[in-house]
Amino acid sequence: MKKTVVALAVMGFGITGVYAQDMVVKIGNVAPLTGTISHLGKDNENGARLAIEEANARGVTLGGKKVKFELIGEDDQADPRTGTTVAQRLVDAGVKAVVGHLNSGTTIPASRIYDQGGVPMISPSATNPKLTQQGYKGVFRTIANDVQQGSVLGKFMVSELGAKKIAIIDDRTAYGQGLADETDKAAKASGAQIVAREFTNDKATDFNAILTKIRAANPDVIFFGGMDAQAGPMMRQVKQLGITAKFVTGDGGCSPEMIKLAGDAISSNVYCSMAGVPLDKMPGGVDFRERYKKRFNADVQIYSPYAFDAANAFITAMQKADSAEPAKYLPELKKVNFPGVTGTVAFDDKGDIKEGAVTLYQFKNGDWAAM
Amino acid sequence: METLIQQILNGLVIGSVYALIALGYTMVYGILGLINFAHGDVLMVGALTALQTMLFLMGFAPGMSPVVMLTIALAVAIPVCMMIGFTMERLAYRRLRNAPRLAPLITAIGMSFLLQTVAMIIWGRNYHTFPQLISTTPMQPIEGVFVTPVQLTIIGVSALIMIGLMLLVNKTRIGRAMRATAENHRVASLMGVDTNAVIAFTFVIGAALAAVAGVMFASNYGIAHYGMGFMPGLKAFTAAVLGGIGNLGGAMLGGITLGLVESLGAGYIEHLTFGFLNSSYQDIFAFIILGLVLIFKPTGLLGERVSDRA
Repeated sequence: MKKTVVALAVMGFGITGVYAQDMVVKIGNVAPLTGTISHLGKDNENGARLAIEEANARGVTLGGKKVKFELIGEDDQADPRTGTTVAQRLVDAGVKAVVGHLNSGTTIPASRIYDQGGVPMISPSATNPKLTQQGYKGVFRTIANDVQQGSVLGKFMVSELGAKKIAIIDDRTAYGQGLADETDKAAKASGAQIVAREFTNDKATDFNAILTKIRAANPDVIFFGGMDAQAGPMMRQVKQLGITAKFVTGDGGCSPEMIKLAGDAISSNVYCSMAGVPLDKMPGGVDFRERYKKRFNADVQIYSPYAFDAANAFITAMQKADSAEPAKYLPELKKVNFPGVTGTVAFDDKGDIKEGAVTLYQFKNGDWAAM
Repeated sequence: METLIQQILNGLVIGSVYALIALGYTMVYGILGLINFAHGDVLMVGALTALQTMLFLMGFAPGMSPVVMLTIALAVAIPVCMMIGFTMERLAYRRLRNAPRLAPLITAIGMSFLLQTVAMIIWGRNYHTFPQLISTTPMQPIEGVFVTPVQLTIIGVSALIMIGLMLLVNKTRIGRAMRATAENHRVASLMGVDTNAVIAFTFVIGAALAAVAGVMFASNYGIAHYGMGFMPGLKAFTAAVLGGIGNLGGAMLGGITLGLVESLGAGYIEHLTFGFLNSSYQDIFAFIILGLVLIFKPTGLLGERVSDRA
């Protein structure tokens, strides 16, 4: 008897809910909410949540019905296998759009599930170029990818550091090679000469042979596409071989770990880059920080502005198409162009953000300082 | 010209480390016919134990002189590795001494995984900075050629250990017992040689060499982590085969040759192949030479009587 009452109550509530709200549109958000980078994951989710709550407060009507957006947050534990499992769960739950995931390693396998389920996705933080090169129609990102980072790095070395002769090393991984190739292209286009192109691998510790060869070519700048675990020891060997060239690397070497591993070999001659810009330099950054602080009583970590813009890209496209059905709003999503918190949100034909921002850092007083 | 000299110097340094590790492989192989794949990981344990000792000493007695600190670190790391070498032989390999050759080989690979995993649990997955107690400030003996004191130490220590080991094997009583056991351990035991003790001694000496190699390797590059033993172990094994596995002089020759070939290969492969190959193929030279040596001299450069061992 009791059960029937509960069931009736739930049914009644459900019916009145639907009539009162007209239509519920579920948007998924996936990021690691447990584990070592869970603070970044929660930050992403908060960014998407803020966008959705603001849209609900504004009041959005689609197809003549008032819409209530609802965020479904999932935890992928930064693990590719869990990532695909929760992706499937979201598709089965009937979400109309997904903001996520956080890591390239989880986003790439999950993108296939979303593609098969016909759910568009926008990652606020995955930078691996491969994500948007798979030929999936509904895959986007609001952060600059490694290719865009490479072209900024190439120009920077020539115009800011005044490099005429550049030596390039990469670690033959998808990330390192991709970044080095793009940097190479951009540096050449800016008028520099690539005097040496050398290779190592992501397990190596000895770079003396290739560095000696590079020293003979006498470059102004050495660029390394790879991770901090190689870049750190490489810095030490650069110093031991008496090389005085400036040293530049991408986001793989732009970490506190790099500073630790390079020891006393690191100096103000070392530069690195990171996708994105510091919050203070974003067009809507200062205002966003206040709204975020007021709602969640927490500070912005890194990527929540990008998650905010990702969620708003969905909402904007849905409004343009006057529908929350992926098949209808996807053509509009490809064409969106609006001022977001991080800058102008517009995608190229692959789904990458147009003019994605990249920030350069210089080693100063024991830490990376934004330039 | 200074580039060529620098590349030869680079090759000598890395070759000396390979040689020192290869000595451990070759001694065990010479006596037992066993390739101890866990040898590279003993090196890693040596380096990380030394690191731990140094960190402790730095907190405990900050003003200590670097030489004293390094000596104490070695004095801790060497016995720890010796104990691991002894335990490994006693628990894992001795029981399999009369088993088919594949069994101890696979056990050795298992030991390697075990050591790596335990080290990962103790020291974590991160790279650690290894204090470079011997100076790494480059000197210029010739204009344009740079060498650091730590690199000179590596070459010197390797040469001394090599000479010491030669004397041990050829001039002492235990050395004679080792040679007898290597020849035929059953007959040697009939002649009154305690072959179990001799084999255990060989493992312990090999592990001590690995500890020294580990500390030198980590001092040179300034880093240490749980997977650091794998690549040098593999290269040193190649060096041991190149020189003739089972032969001490061969291990030294093989190590230096491999180091030089790698370094010169990486430096000149592009010129030699007219730009067809680049430095991502730097390992190709080492393995071409290994292949050629094994085709024309299957026992390695200085090797002897490999095929007649059962």
